[in-house]
Amino acid sequence: MDGTGHTTLAEWSVDDDAAFEAAVREFAGQLDLGYIGTVPDGPGKATHVRQLPRDADMVILRRPIAGG
Amino acid sequence: MQADSALPELASVPWRQPTDARWLCRWARIWHAWTLLYTVPFICAGVGMIWLEPLATPVALAALAHAWIIPELYAFRGASVVRPKRPRALDTEPAAFPGEPVAQGLLGDLLGHEERELQRQTGLALQHGNLGVWLLGEGGALLVSPGGRRVHCFCVQAVDRELPPSDRIAHLLLALRVDEEGFATVANHAFAGAPWRVARRLPRRMRPALDAARRAAG
Repeated sequence: MDGTGHTTLAEWSVDDDAAFEAAVREFAGQLDLGYIGTVPDGPGKATHVRQLPRDADMVILRRPIAGG
Repeated sequence: MQADSALPELASVPWRQPTDARWLCRWARIWHAWTLLYTVPFICAGVGMIWLEPLATPVALAALAHAWIIPELYAFRGASVVRPKRPRALDTEPAAFPGEPVAQGLLGDLLGHEERELQRQTGLALQHGNLGVWLLGEGGALLVSPGGRRVHCFCVQAVDRELPPSDRIAHLLLALRVDEEGFATVANHAFAGAPWRVARRLPRRMRPALDAARRAAG
């Protein structure tokens, strides 16, 4: 999620190794920029991930939150 | 995959006690006692002055006004956590947040049907949790405790100020869904009080969301 609403950084499938490797590199680069990987787990639940899960339908990269 | 159930932002506030149900209950009592502490003396002083010397009525009225205004200011501070933190003129200027329609779509995908409609009407996203029912705004959150008799107000926001309004809510929603107690711990507790006190100071558009949260919490 960014200033444009959101940007698709990478797409992969379980069978496509090359696409997944590219997605892993992109994911790592975003973590270095300070983004946090989050996987929505259905209604009302989400999980923080530090490595790109190959079988996830969607991984959302969000900025950290802080008390205002 | 390496996954964590704790919010990574907790590392930035290591000194804070975890904000769990007991912590919230204790703070609700402290806020209640604090409200009585600064209200009752003003009321006693006002009534006492009128009883002792009717000519002191103007001063007594000033004391009674303090007993009314100070709790109102605290409630205003609490309700303000969910007010948009930007000039009002930007709300009617589409160019101010060109990514907002896309962000609204993503936020809608994260919400259920009823919550999506409520968010579009009121600007607040409703989320059920173990601590109560949450209402998330762009720069803060309200937590209606189980039973609906108490509202906790938290200041919390995404650190990126360039985000469209709906993205700011989506950031808070995802963080809350990862770790509810961690979310409440990272947030700054601003106020706790009766729902009617907060509702009076909420923008009119947002009040139905608080009503819905109270129904859900009750």
